[in-house]
Amino acid sequence: MQLGPRRRNPGLIRMGILCTALLVASCQQTGILDPRGPIASAERLLMVNSTAIMLVVVVPVIVATLGFAWWYRSSNPRASRSWDQSYEGRLEFVLWSIPVLIVILLGGVIWIGSHELDPRTPISGKGDPVKIDVVALDWKWLFIYPDQGVAAVNEMVIPAGKPIRLQITSATVMNSFFVPQLGGQVYAMGGMTTQLNLLSDQPGDYAGFSANFSGDGFSDMRFVARAVPPGDFDAWVARARGTGPALDDASYAALAKPSKAVPPSTYRTVAPDMFQHIIERTLSGADEPGSSHQHGG
Amino acid sequence: MLGRLTWSAIPFNEPLPLVSAIVVVLVILAVLGFITVKGWWPYLWNEWITSVDHKRIGVMYMTLGLVMLLRGFADAIMMRTQQAIAIGDAQGYLPPDHYNQIFSAHGTIMIFFVAMPLVIGLMNFVVPLQLGVRDVAFPTLNSVSFWLTCTGALLVNMSLVIGNFARTSWWNYPPLSELAFSPDVGVDYYLWSLQISGIGTLLTGVNFVTTILKLRAPGMTYFRMPVFCWTSLAVNMMIVAVFPILTATFVMLLLDRYLGMHFFTNDGGGNPMMYVNLFWAWGHPEVYILILPAFGIFSEVVATFSGKGLFSYRSMVLATLGICVLSLMVWLHHFFTMGAGANVNAIFGIMSSIIAVPTGVKVFNWLFTMYRGRVVFTTPILFTVGFMVTFVIGGLTGVLLAVPPVDFVLHNSAFLVAHFHNVIIGGVLFGVLAGYNYWFPKVFGFTLDERLGKASFWCWLVGFYLAFTPLYVLGLMGMTRRLQHIADPSWRPLLLVAELGAVVILVGILCQIAQLYVSIRTRDQRRDLTGDPWNGRTLEWSTASPPPPYNFAALPKIETIDAFWQMKHAGQVPAEPPREAIEMPRNSPIGIVTAFFATITGFALIWHIWWMVLVGLIAAAIAVLAFGWIDDREREISPAEIAQFERARSGQRRST
Amino acid sequence: MTAIDTVPAEVPTGQARGRGGGGPAPTRVVVAYGFWIFILSDMIMFAALFAAYAVLSGNTAGGPSGRELFNLRSVFIETMCLLLSSYTCGLGALSAERRQPARFFLFAALTFVLGGAFLLIECTEFAGMVARGAGPERSAFLSSFFTLVGTHGVHVTGGLLWLAYMVAQTMSKGLRASVLRRLLCWSLFWHALDIVWVGVLTLVYLMGVT
Repeated sequence: MQLGPRRRNPGLIRMGILCTALLVASCQQTGILDPRGPIASAERLLMVNSTAIMLVVVVPVIVATLGFAWWYRSSNPRASRSWDQSYEGRLEFVLWSIPVLIVILLGGVIWIGSHELDPRTPISGKGDPVKIDVVALDWKWLFIYPDQGVAAVNEMVIPAGKPIRLQITSATVMNSFFVPQLGGQVYAMGGMTTQLNLLSDQPGDYAGFSANFSGDGFSDMRFVARAVPPGDFDAWVARARGTGPALDDASYAALAKPSKAVPPSTYRTVAPDMFQHIIERTLSGADEPGSSHQHGG
Repeated sequence: MLGRLTWSAIPFNEPLPLVSAIVVVLVILAVLGFITVKGWWPYLWNEWITSVDHKRIGVMYMTLGLVMLLRGFADAIMMRTQQAIAIGDAQGYLPPDHYNQIFSAHGTIMIFFVAMPLVIGLMNFVVPLQLGVRDVAFPTLNSVSFWLTCTGALLVNMSLVIGNFARTSWWNYPPLSELAFSPDVGVDYYLWSLQISGIGTLLTGVNFVTTILKLRAPGMTYFRMPVFCWTSLAVNMMIVAVFPILTATFVMLLLDRYLGMHFFTNDGGGNPMMYVNLFWAWGHPEVYILILPAFGIFSEVVATFSGKGLFSYRSMVLATLGICVLSLMVWLHHFFTMGAGANVNAIFGIMSSIIAVPTGVKVFNWLFTMYRGRVVFTTPILFTVGFMVTFVIGGLTGVLLAVPPVDFVLHNSAFLVAHFHNVIIGGVLFGVLAGYNYWFPKVFGFTLDERLGKASFWCWLVGFYLAFTPLYVLGLMGMTRRLQHIADPSWRPLLLVAELGAVVILVGILCQIAQLYVSIRTRDQRRDLTGDPWNGRTLEWSTASPPPPYNFAALPKIETIDAFWQMKHAGQVPAEPPREAIEMPRNSPIGIVTAFFATITGFALIWHIWWMVLVGLIAAAIAVLAFGWIDDREREISPAEIAQFERARSGQRRST
Repeated sequence: MTAIDTVPAEVPTGQARGRGGGGPAPTRVVVAYGFWIFILSDMIMFAALFAAYAVLSGNTAGGPSGRELFNLRSVFIETMCLLLSSYTCGLGALSAERRQPARFFLFAALTFVLGGAFLLIECTEFAGMVARGAGPERSAFLSSFFTLVGTHGVHVTGGLLWLAYMVAQTMSKGLRASVLRRLLCWSLFWHALDIVWVGVLTLVYLMGVT
């Protein structure tokens, strides 16, 4: 049933070029494409390399698809036909080998990359890490600095150039701690901790948020990761110690109540073993909304 | 008396859901009223509702899928619009409470009540015909499966009118989906509707595995089966293997919610990570369950419209079975970021990449089927070529996401959303639409309008790229998924392009509706009198369009692959009609009766109306026991009827 | 059940028969095969419940563990009841195949009694645990225990109801082909439950007390 070849539609092509241009123009170098730390840079490199490896196969396949479909259209008198051979051993061998080779290469990339960029691996050679214990609440982030004895909400101040070692948990449901310009994400889960190691090369403000849907206030669950020169970091710690409430069971219980779009604040002291305490509270269900309808009931 | 159901369940004070609910109810009442006025109920009851004919059931599945596509797409366009508007300080028109229900419903409906019914519908219609037999192994069970799926769809849509749907995403992860954080009926609607339709799907799996392995025309060895039957076999084996996992998982979550157990709670020793593992142990094979039938359809379409046998049948079969097995071994790539460690992540990443091998081989085989063939550009072939280009891009992004450190920065982002829509729209939907256009004349006896078909293809293709390329870019820029409002105003242009894409897709859907309407109106000019409008290769094209209830007067004797092609070229005369009567299964109301009581039971469970649960269960049990007592389940089609049909058919053929 | 030829059709080449080219299988084969596939799917559901039990068996949340709760003596008795009931089920199936209704009813009754005894012991065990504050809502371990063992028990209950129904059908219609097909399915189901119980016995009870 012959119904005419596919004509090249000039209007469509113009639209395509316009849209591509619009896309390219809007594509800013932000987020993952603008890494500000060694982890994020390595992850971006891996992404680019893996894409390049696969494009080696994908681009010829796309070209061949369009090419074969066009050349072997029934109305083309110049195309040679009748190759009703449904099995061609040598060609088959090549066709299986191509994806196998690509996958072997990718497999190596995956094995090496996964080990080098394991979030639990401490960053070596840059000195002692700053430890931060992170708690995902509904719907804000709590950052406890066990060594400095202060805590902050929705703002993570870190010294640039120094490794940051994060232990992450959730007080409620599953969330995911993510600062795209510094590194990958890790889930925050109740009653347990996950680890993440990050480093920011240079001072700057980086967007951070939860990357796992957690309820009504999820869209507002954003924080700022503020990398500052080491001297400024010490100054910030000193300022935090001077103002703000203490973080203890009572103030934590108040903080744990569901709230959205919480402005940044700090706590001047942290009760001993507060992070462990929070994990235990989560396991006991002490802060769960229970029968109240605060999660959009 | 009515559990926790009260008048407040109906959204009187929320205009958007209230208006939608009223419109939907009015449309349903109008349709029912129209049918009543026209006096069509006896026809519908006898010919469709109680039918156990795989061809009728296939059409009903397709209808369900296409209608639910409209509902799922309405959700999509609402989501796109919200994200295009709610940027910076603007809050948009959908508060989080509604937006969260809408994206949860969108995913749930599209996977369970659009994609699954569409592929199952096509398999239902085509597989017995391609195998050269008269029906599936268990036709009445087939009807039960269909109606239970409808129950699920009905319950999900009921949540629009009475109560609310889940706000937990289509994954429904605990602890968010536990009672403590989701105390209302939404999650229960999700769980019960999927649990009930899951039984239907599992029974379909059992039915088709048995049919393909035990019921084929004489002489049809395994390696003479059409490739679509091989993909159907793989799909149904996977359904049997993985749907029980989902059943068990939902049972556990239901027990947490109803009886206070601690499978997935934060307290009492529960383990939410276990839900994630179990869910994706089902979830990953599920997406291959969706794509493999599409692969089968493309194999049939590309061979028919290249005028050549499929290149390397054997390696296609091997690749299909390879995908079937491998898909069960990769589930962890859905949660690389849950902290399993480098070794575990790397192993699953490598396994996920390995699936690219059989998939790549399939693409090459389709390519070499077109090579030196005679390619005719019908709508199905356009969808096939569009698929081959689009799906490999989606596959590339998929293998990219299979590299754990890359996934660490792309997990749950808009990039991921673009990837899976890339493979589902470019793969599953294009396959279903190709199959729909390809087999429509066989089902209804007349072809679909080609111009509108092509128009819908171009709209879907362009619309897809417009809607989802911006999402790839936004994901790289750091946008996560499921956001009710967007903080960064610089993302606005991309979100507007995405919205435009959704509108273009809407035009594509309208073209399809127009195509159906126009084709029906002009069907007399488009009749398929030969039964073989595309010069096909497989057995379904040897029957009349539409086929008689018994499919084949005499089961064909098979000697090669592409049996019909061989028969045509050997100049074989159609077989003589048989001297004896053919026995076909009787129609039965057990399907709709069971589903009716399942709906009542499901609704009662959701709203905690315990006496109604008991009534529903007992009534369903009685219906099943009563049905199980009957022995005489077959009716005869007399030789005279058969001869008359075959004579009419030869007359039709001669007149072309 | 379905319109398939009950006699294998004439096949073009001899080779085809060995490679699946023998045409549609007889009804009895199709029914039994389909039911067997269904049982395999049920096994997978049990596998998921076993997996959940394995993951959660240590999560006692400060409550009692298996060692404190399981009474191996009653577990042994109920296991024997179930295994014996499989034996009587087999004898009943043979009697049915040989068209010996009286013997079939005898073995069906024995199977029913043994299955009922199993359920009685299991329910007593559950009730005892609940009375001691070790119900399924106490801890994740107990949730997974009650669900796994309880799901098996629900299947046994269903099996016994089905057996009663099949006895009624046999009394009414005799051991005709359709009844025999259904009895075949029933006995497949009953034996499968026995296999699952062996798994429960080993992984839950025997490993739970050591």
